[in-house]
Amino acid sequence: MSKLTFARAINAGLRKSLENDPKVVLMGEDIGSLGGVFRVTDGLQKDFGKHRVIDSPLAESGIIGTAVGLAYRGYRPVCEIQFDGFIYPAFDQIVSQVAKMHYRTQGRVKMPITIRVPFGGGIGSPEHHSESPEAYFTHTSGLRVVAVSNPQDAYTMIQQAIASDDPVLYFEPKRRYHDKGDVDETFSLSEALPLDKAAVVSAGSDVTLIAYGPLVKTARDAAMAAADEGISVEVIDLRSLAPVDYPVVEASVRKTGRLVITHEAAQSGGLGAEIAASITERCFHYLESAPVRITGFDVPYPYSKLEMHHLPDLDRILDGVDRALGRPNSLSGLEG
Amino acid sequence: MLTDQAGKGVHRDTPGPGHSAQIPLRTGGDLLQLVSPEGERISHPEFDIWVKDIGDEHLCSLYEDMTVIRRIDAEATALQRQGELALWPPLLGQEAAQIGSSRSLRDDDFVFPSYRESGVAYVRGAHLSEIARVWRGNASYGWDPLRINLATPQIIIGSQSLHATGYAMGVQLDGANTAVLAYFGDGATSEGDVNEAMVFAASYQAPVVFFCQNNHWAISEPVRVQSHVQLADRPTGFGIPSMRVDGNDVLAVMAATRVALDRARKGGGPTFIEAVTYRMGPHTTADDPTRYRDPIELEDWAAKDPILRLRKLLQAKGLLTDDVEARVKSKADAVAAELRSSCIDMPDPQPLDVFNHVYSTPNSWIERQKDHYSRYLNSFGQPVEEGAL
Repeated sequence: MSKLTFARAINAGLRKSLENDPKVVLMGEDIGSLGGVFRVTDGLQKDFGKHRVIDSPLAESGIIGTAVGLAYRGYRPVCEIQFDGFIYPAFDQIVSQVAKMHYRTQGRVKMPITIRVPFGGGIGSPEHHSESPEAYFTHTSGLRVVAVSNPQDAYTMIQQAIASDDPVLYFEPKRRYHDKGDVDETFSLSEALPLDKAAVVSAGSDVTLIAYGPLVKTARDAAMAAADEGISVEVIDLRSLAPVDYPVVEASVRKTGRLVITHEAAQSGGLGAEIAASITERCFHYLESAPVRITGFDVPYPYSKLEMHHLPDLDRILDGVDRALGRPNSLSGLEG
Repeated sequence: MLTDQAGKGVHRDTPGPGHSAQIPLRTGGDLLQLVSPEGERISHPEFDIWVKDIGDEHLCSLYEDMTVIRRIDAEATALQRQGELALWPPLLGQEAAQIGSSRSLRDDDFVFPSYRESGVAYVRGAHLSEIARVWRGNASYGWDPLRINLATPQIIIGSQSLHATGYAMGVQLDGANTAVLAYFGDGATSEGDVNEAMVFAASYQAPVVFFCQNNHWAISEPVRVQSHVQLADRPTGFGIPSMRVDGNDVLAVMAATRVALDRARKGGGPTFIEAVTYRMGPHTTADDPTRYRDPIELEDWAAKDPILRLRKLLQAKGLLTDDVEARVKSKADAVAAELRSSCIDMPDPQPLDVFNHVYSTPNSWIERQKDHYSRYLNSFGQPVEEGAL
């Protein structure tokens, strides 16, 4: 067991995958001698060579499109998109090619491509550096989408993503890169929680609170604060955004009867909407109140002096918990 | 060994002087031609050596392939008009470009086509039913890409140029002696992906050949809307040598493609070929070129018909005997009949097939939807018949 930052944990996972499988290659802008702008790939080119850790031209569609060709040839490319807001030039290659090749070829050609995306806000960046584009990809069949929330998961889930025969979008919460946590590097992948499973990170009986990526920590803090007021919140780290592990969420909601979902991404058409609808379908008779969403606003990601208003924080989440419980809250008395 | 429909080997070792790395840049109006539109063999000091092995029999087999794929095209167009195919992208006029290039490939080369390369698919050994079923709507793929080293038809314009480049990077990593060829049209050269593919290919010196069939029209947009310079002038700006060849001259196409493939295999890096040809038919069977195209332009190009040109060459050489004509016609008739019957007899997919192969491992969302839809179908109280929905 060692204490590693989030970024070092991913680095260690990438290193393990490069060691274990000669078909794994890393590609991306600045990932070689610089080690990536967040240093996640630090030292890997030095140790594995320029043919395994490939500094690419500055072209996102090119990075993903050539990864498709490499996968055709039997490689397992791990692509880094430098920032969330830079993924859009690669959108076509991801949704039209990476996602559909297995279906298109009726299983003949696999696309074991991992696309690493630092995502989310909270680091005071200019525009295009703080986005949460996950819903675009959860809407696309053929892709698996995961978001990691702690160094141990970051370490194991990057290896699981690379080992997956399906393409995986691997979202890394960039504001947590420097958070430290225990990482057991001897952890075997066969014992780890499967990539598509959600985790109950703190048990509770009054409200189910769902979060993923950067907001898992905020949700846990909110649950502790709620406990001080005698409210028992069950926090679920979704981990897999596509598919969502509904059995775990359902079991929790049947127990608590109340659901709050939080994410940084805008509300409309977001993952929270999908989960609220699905859980309402599956657990209608168990729900004591309507599902509540605490999310970013339906605005472009704001300039950094205002981002703290956009990002769900502990107090907004607690206000949502109050709404789910029918306790006095900011919307009390408002119809509809 | 792959075989074409006639059962003969389709891939041959490339001849040549062994100095393919020094390709003369052929830009501007410098159009490589080895056979004139009148069917006369034009001698060329640098390129003749690349087709010196093409003897009488080989020329006749090229003629046969070109005639057969024209016949496939005509039959498929008729099948579409009769409602048997949902759509068809004709290749009429591009037979020399497709046959000349694809007959230059080796078994182990890998090809990334667009949607118009049905002639290439035929040469690579795809079954006729595999060519037809995508356009009938029975499947989103035709052949097994890994069986014949030919990726599935790509509909997004130019996307496959990046796939070819990535595959070529994989070939490099493997240290293999294999070339990769990407087909795209003149319209694709406007797409970002084709330009990014050239950046990547040049940066890594990937063993890829970009084979651009300039057929002059991207649906209704003429090539002058794509580029103010010859398309073959563009790659040189990326550091990629290019050749501009008469795409209706099967020998010239073959010589250029062999040079480029040989160069790729020997570590010389990427090459761009602009095959100047003409789409004599519509973009697809849903298109009406009379709305945007001057009929005189079509007449001009009809005079340069690639099959007519090869016929004239064969006649001049005394090769177009009644026997050869009869053999080619009989082959084309047989292929057309097989295309028709394999299309009409093709079984429809099953309703629940819609859920298959989205992922290589089970996905709980899709499994649930499949289960629910299956229950719905079963609620009619009788087994769902093939093609009932």
